[in-house]
Amino acid sequence: MSAPRTKKATPFLSTVIHQPYIWAIVALVLLLVINLIKDPGYLGVSFNAGTGNLSGNLIDILRASAPVMMIAVGMTLVIATRGIDLSVGSVMAVSGAVSMQFMSTADGSAGTAFAAAGLALAVSAVLGVVNGLLVSVVGLQPFITTLITMLAGRGLAKVITAGQNTSASNEPFRWIANGTVFGFPVVFVIAAVIVAILAVLVRRTALGLMIESIGINPKAARMAGIRPIGILISVYIVSAVLAGVAGIFSTASVMTVEVAKTGLSSEMDAILAVVIGGTSLAGGKFSLTGSVIGALLIATLDKTIVFLSIPSSATPAFKALVIVIICLLQSQRVRALFARRRAQGRPTPPSSPSAPPNPASTRKETVSA
Amino acid sequence: MAITEPIVEMEDISIEFPGVKALQNVDFRLFPGEVHTLMGENGAGKSTLIKALTGVYKIDSGTITVAGGPRTFTGTADAQSAGISTVYQEVNLCDNLTVGENVMLGHEIRGPLGVNWRKTHEAARVALEGLGLGHLDPRQPLSSISLALQQLVAISRAMVTNSKVLILDEPTSSLDANEVEGLFAVMRRLRDQGVAILFVSHFLDQVYAISDRLTVLRNGQFIGEYLTHDLDRTQLISQMIGKDSQVLAALGSNRGRGVVDPDARPFYSAKNLGRRGSIDPVDIDVHAGEVVGLAGLLGSGRTELGRLVYGADRPDTGEVLIDGVATEVHTPTAALAHKIAFSTENRRDEGIIGDLTVRENLILAVQARRGWARPLSRKEQQELCDKYLVELNVRPADPERPIKNLSGGNQQKVLLGRWLATKPELIILDEPTRGIDIGAKAEIQEAIATLAEDGMSVVFISSELEEVVRLSERIVVLKDHRKIGEIINGPEVTAESIVDLIANEGRPEAVAEAAGLELVETEESVA
Repeated sequence: MSAPRTKKATPFLSTVIHQPYIWAIVALVLLLVINLIKDPGYLGVSFNAGTGNLSGNLIDILRASAPVMMIAVGMTLVIATRGIDLSVGSVMAVSGAVSMQFMSTADGSAGTAFAAAGLALAVSAVLGVVNGLLVSVVGLQPFITTLITMLAGRGLAKVITAGQNTSASNEPFRWIANGTVFGFPVVFVIAAVIVAILAVLVRRTALGLMIESIGINPKAARMAGIRPIGILISVYIVSAVLAGVAGIFSTASVMTVEVAKTGLSSEMDAILAVVIGGTSLAGGKFSLTGSVIGALLIATLDKTIVFLSIPSSATPAFKALVIVIICLLQSQRVRALFARRRAQGRPTPPSSPSAPPNPASTRKETVSA
Repeated sequence: MAITEPIVEMEDISIEFPGVKALQNVDFRLFPGEVHTLMGENGAGKSTLIKALTGVYKIDSGTITVAGGPRTFTGTADAQSAGISTVYQEVNLCDNLTVGENVMLGHEIRGPLGVNWRKTHEAARVALEGLGLGHLDPRQPLSSISLALQQLVAISRAMVTNSKVLILDEPTSSLDANEVEGLFAVMRRLRDQGVAILFVSHFLDQVYAISDRLTVLRNGQFIGEYLTHDLDRTQLISQMIGKDSQVLAALGSNRGRGVVDPDARPFYSAKNLGRRGSIDPVDIDVHAGEVVGLAGLLGSGRTELGRLVYGADRPDTGEVLIDGVATEVHTPTAALAHKIAFSTENRRDEGIIGDLTVRENLILAVQARRGWARPLSRKEQQELCDKYLVELNVRPADPERPIKNLSGGNQQKVLLGRWLATKPELIILDEPTRGIDIGAKAEIQEAIATLAEDGMSVVFISSELEEVVRLSERIVVLKDHRKIGEIINGPEVTAESIVDLIANEGRPEAVAEAAGLELVETEESVA
């Protein structure tokens, strides 16, 4: 006899409905609808035949979501290992500072732009290595470790630019933020490609399984022969490098690094995007798709706040309100409450199946391994 | 048969979960002043029946009568207010409160100025004395007393509400013999006061020592209700597993047959393997096709030795030869690379990855050895699942179910599958049969015997000496973190001979002579 297979061809829609990030999608649609009510032409995307560019609010949202998306997917992997990376905002500032400082003294060629980006990402990676080593080898708590690099990172950014908000002019670099590819913003295309590569890397290899194992039960993962140190260092490097990319994105649009402001509180946006996307802060199972949707939601929310001309003093409160509602809808208890409402009268499903489905017929099997 | 009326009567109870008939037409009665044991394998429906009684699960059909009237409870708290208290295996008490506060939690005695702690602790003392626990100071913190005493505190807590029915779900699984005796004394006292006790345990000796009545369940079906003295153990086991217990008796009877040539080169050989504070340096050899048992009491160092061999803890002394080649095994990864596998006694904390599926848990060690960059294809994973879920008789044989939803015995089988899938030459099994029912136990013992016959080396660790004697070719005896001797198994070796060796550790030669054993090795320092 062979083991029964449970793989059924589940329709895409019903799969999505059972994902924890369904509420993020609902909220996203709701925000767009609100905008649409205010301005019926909100969702319009126009095509400029002369420049080949798409323009419109949706395109703006995609452009604005790119930096958050980058740090959110990096954060997802770190959180999946039971960690947290508070340093991403500071790493953005470091990355911006390195590239601006480098370009401010060099020529405006594409080669300079590449070198600046490469240097910025390399410095970011070094910060990731520091985080990873402190967490995995030294065994410091991720919260403390990255809190330290968060403070040190912003200091480093100020040292690099001698405390100044440094500007530079380099058209190829500026193109990253303002240019388009097939009509789409370059930042969004780059972000999408990076997310796709990362998704293949973790889901088509065994990396995702190992990250989840470490996050769910580190002791058992080690006993099963998984070496946690390499994986932990890798996820912190990935997180830092993606924060570096986000730093390039957010400084390239204005070609200026504001060492005290660039990336400030970005770690909070990233953590929120991850949580909204349905990855538990306790670690374990993670969803890159969810975090991408979370990042899109945060970008939409930011844009909506501006569009509805909510006073800037009320912005944080409004943002918090929306996020609290989503988190409530996702919480186990609220979901259980809804489930109970729906299933009134039916028996409570078992938390663990305590009866085997097939009776004594399989008992005769013995082992011959 | 019954002189008094039952206080709880469940008739014709059925519960169906999606795709599973968890209980089918089960009858169950509890009489005041009786200990009634619920027997059955893992997955037979014992916990489901308890949860049906306390209202955690809704019943699909059947009736529950409590003290003469039909009742349905909405949950444990509701059941408790009706006098039905449950004490679970894992004690649900507050570590940081005092014994008395735990006993009286929710029933503190109030005065005009809020809680009167003096009177509350006095009431707790009275409650404890009622169970013969007068020696416990209600003012000491709960964390300062042993787990066994905490369990008794949990029972006192249940009795503060004047419960008529006490449900004890596997209360003895982490207690030693003396502690079990203490628990039984309390249970007998309560029984004599007219409390009806529902008891669940996997230990047959305990069941026979304490129960007045047995109800046997199998696969969610009611098999029968018996008075304990009407049913002997063999009959009981047959009832529980639905198969002739001859199979169990025949198991491993050809052990100690001396198939291994002691002069041949062992697969694994360690000299002076030790770790400070964990186990003194030990010599141990394991030949291909041999089962080496590690025997000793809890805390003797048997688990620690297994962990050193696997590299789960880093040894600080000793040389290891694998197939005659000097090798360092300092991490689990290194051990797996040298075809050594280790199945932990701590299934929940060091074994399963709860949120992952059975399939992912099964392939994890194989995948770890291949490295992350060379993932097993879906087809390879499915083949491994098909092979081991069937061979090890995992139920339900559904690879996509989260492993945490399986019963303990089935989790253990999946873990065994995880290690076997790495095709190890040496497998260390630390308490592979603990906390699982007798049917799964027999299957796992059978599996171990078969593995050795197929040429695998096995290090077998168990607190049940009978099991060690039944399965092992050689037995390494440990005491107080030292190896005190090594016995070649044979027909004259029994659990008693090992107990004697541990008890008379100062004169192992004398013990060996007296028992007629062949003692191959003793530590010099012992003399």
